[in-house]
Amino acid sequence: MTAAFSKKQKAVVKGAIISSLMAATMAFLLSIFMLGLRTKSAAGALVLEPRFTLVAGITVLVFSGRLLLHLFWWNKKALSSHSFKQPGWFEQLASSKKIGWFGQLALAQKLKGLGKHGGTIMIALCFILPLLLFFFNLKLGTGLPLRYWFDIATLILTYIMLGWGLNIVVGLAGLLDLGYVAFYAIGAYSYALLAQHFGLSFWLCLPLAGLLAATWGVILGFPVLRLRGDYLAIVTLAFGEIIRIILLNWYQFTGGPDGLSGVPRPSFFGLPFKRYGDQTFHIFFGLDYSSLHRILFLYYIILLLALLTNFVTHKMRRLPIGRAWEALREDETACRSLGINTVNTKLTAFATGAMFGGFAGSFFATRQGFISPESFTFIESAIILAIVVLGGMGSQIGVVIASVVMIGGFELLRNMEGLKYVFGQEFDPSLYRMILFGFAMVAIMVWKPRGLISARLPTIFLKTETAVSPSPQNKGDAQ
Amino acid sequence: MSQPNPLLETPEPLLEIKGVNSFYGKIQALRTVDLSVHRGEIVTLIGANGAGKSTLMMTICGKPPCRDGTIRFDGRDIHALPMHEIMRLGIAQSPEGRRIFGRMSVLENLQLGAFLTDPHHFEEDLERVLQLFPVLKERSGQRGGTLSGGEQQMLAIARALMGRPKLLLLDEPSLGLAPLIVKQIFSILKELNRTQNLTVFLVEQNAWHALHLAHRAYVMVNGRITLSGKGSELLEKEEVRAAYLEGGQ
Ligand SMILES: Nc1ncnc2c1ncn2[C@@H]1O[C@H](COP(=O)(O)OP(=O)(O)OP(=O)(O)O)[C@@H](O)[C@H]1O
Ligand SMILES: [Mg+2]
Repeated sequence: MTAAFSKKQKAVVKGAIISSLMAATMAFLLSIFMLGLRTKSAAGALVLEPRFTLVAGITVLVFSGRLLLHLFWWNKKALSSHSFKQPGWFEQLASSKKIGWFGQLALAQKLKGLGKHGGTIMIALCFILPLLLFFFNLKLGTGLPLRYWFDIATLILTYIMLGWGLNIVVGLAGLLDLGYVAFYAIGAYSYALLAQHFGLSFWLCLPLAGLLAATWGVILGFPVLRLRGDYLAIVTLAFGEIIRIILLNWYQFTGGPDGLSGVPRPSFFGLPFKRYGDQTFHIFFGLDYSSLHRILFLYYIILLLALLTNFVTHKMRRLPIGRAWEALREDETACRSLGINTVNTKLTAFATGAMFGGFAGSFFATRQGFISPESFTFIESAIILAIVVLGGMGSQIGVVIASVVMIGGFELLRNMEGLKYVFGQEFDPSLYRMILFGFAMVAIMVWKPRGLISARLPTIFLKTETAVSPSPQNKGDAQ
Repeated sequence: MSQPNPLLETPEPLLEIKGVNSFYGKIQALRTVDLSVHRGEIVTLIGANGAGKSTLMMTICGKPPCRDGTIRFDGRDIHALPMHEIMRLGIAQSPEGRRIFGRMSVLENLQLGAFLTDPHHFEEDLERVLQLFPVLKERSGQRGGTLSGGEQQMLAIARALMGRPKLLLLDEPSLGLAPLIVKQIFSILKELNRTQNLTVFLVEQNAWHALHLAHRAYVMVNGRITLSGKGSELLEKEEVRAAYLEGGQ
């Protein structure tokens, strides 16, 4: 068989081996420090436990993986003559994978095509499904872990709302904001403090918190009006940290690192969700008490808030101000030469985005009942920004998909008990979430550099609706 | 063709620039420039690369601001206003390099051009502009950035027209375009000027075309206006022929 190798094939195989060796060396060097040594506390001291088998395993894995990719994937054509026949199953796998890809593309097209109806159906499902499941559990005794499901759904919706809020600033107006969590924090603390000091109800505090956050959005907006791109990002990053540090250190007002506890829970038009009391939700409606009531209620609040965010964004895009945001993202000078006041445009973008961040913040406070600066670290901003970027800047449905995948994925990871049987009892899958997050980022960068949903639907049409398709080779693209 | 001389009809020009000096930092780009554009006129400014033509156009719009002198538009002193307010007075600009919104559709670009006008006019204006540039109608859903250079130029002009300007500023509309398209664009300008009395201030490298089109013309050298007169007169002048026309066409 070797005799039948052509010169070219030999060269390819040689190249493949060299490249795989290099990759394996790299993996070896990296894993020596990151995985090869482990600190262990033993009898009053910290000892290093070497794990050579793991390092060796990873090195071999990288080598063989890369070699296989070289031989059967990247150089398929060069090697697929009769003398070096590929196994049939591999061909099949490869082609089926291709179909998978195109299938996905078709799905994306359909998603776009579905547009309005898909959205309506999804929203309707979001409304009906929880109630349905709740009644299943109640009447049929299905015993689904609803509490847990609703909690996750609420969490995901919170991030969807934050993503949509940030999308206004980053996706539409093109202002890279790395400190969005500041507005989330302002919203949360506004509600907690207003409720504690003045006894105001959630429904009164919600608009106030939004207003306060919007005001801070404008306050942040003023100094950064002249900044663009990287410089803007740095200042907003600093803003996020400043707010957090103030919350951490202004002990008398914010409780510092202790946070604020006993944040009031929302009530259903004045009916509290409590087990005991005269006028509670379950007594008023003649139901048996269930802690699920409140959780369901919180779910519907955030669902409505998120939908409000989406609706407002959707409407704004069709108003002159929304058009100005998008034009600002494209070319600031051109905006000014069309008579657009870029100062006001930027400030409204900051304020609107911040307002929704504030809403989400006060929801967060009422849901948790306890807030502290811990919840508003930079990583939160990073996750929200990642949701917007991965979803495809400016795409509303992209934000939804990215939130579901990321936040849902994190939760799934936490619950992969089965993995413990594979990797041992100490294995904690949720520790790997940042690595997986990194992988997801890299994968998106490689395959979908413009985000999951990169098609942008124009807001005005002549006759037939057609998406403005993304094309990597387009001219005059600022980014 | 007998064109009435607008100079005699309207005493105050639509745009009047007097003794304007403009700087980029310490570098002086405009030196005591005097220039005027009357209602219904097409005025062109020609000059070599780096003469300061684009600078003059941008100075009219307020950026860079002029350091001395006055700029009056439609009876108002505008040299201290910010750019977006100057544009609100009825100036529209097709800037150098077109600067269309690359990721937005052609139609959205046009819509942004009408940012300042009454939305009730939009349909009507759109109809009118798309009639002038039928290519844009075909391409209405396409991303601005994927248009060809010539189409982008047409879009830039069309976008400027959507604002119902009293004065249209064009910076090198012929840049990078095929001769046929240049001809087409210039004839559209002429037509607009004749039928709708549109006032145009045109910066051009393509001196031959520009001087044929314009009622009056200025020549700029190193930030100074060195020559001015009727377009047809300048076409005859030896200095102009030597510097901007010979070997050109
Ligand atoms: N932003 C700027 N900063 C500093 N100098 C500038 C700036 N813009 C232009 N200049 C300088 O001002 C002078 C005039 O430039 P301008 O763009 O007005 O020339 P122009 O006549 O339009 O030339 P062209 O025909 O090549 O477009 C040039 O010397 C240029 O280098
Ligand atoms: Mg120029």
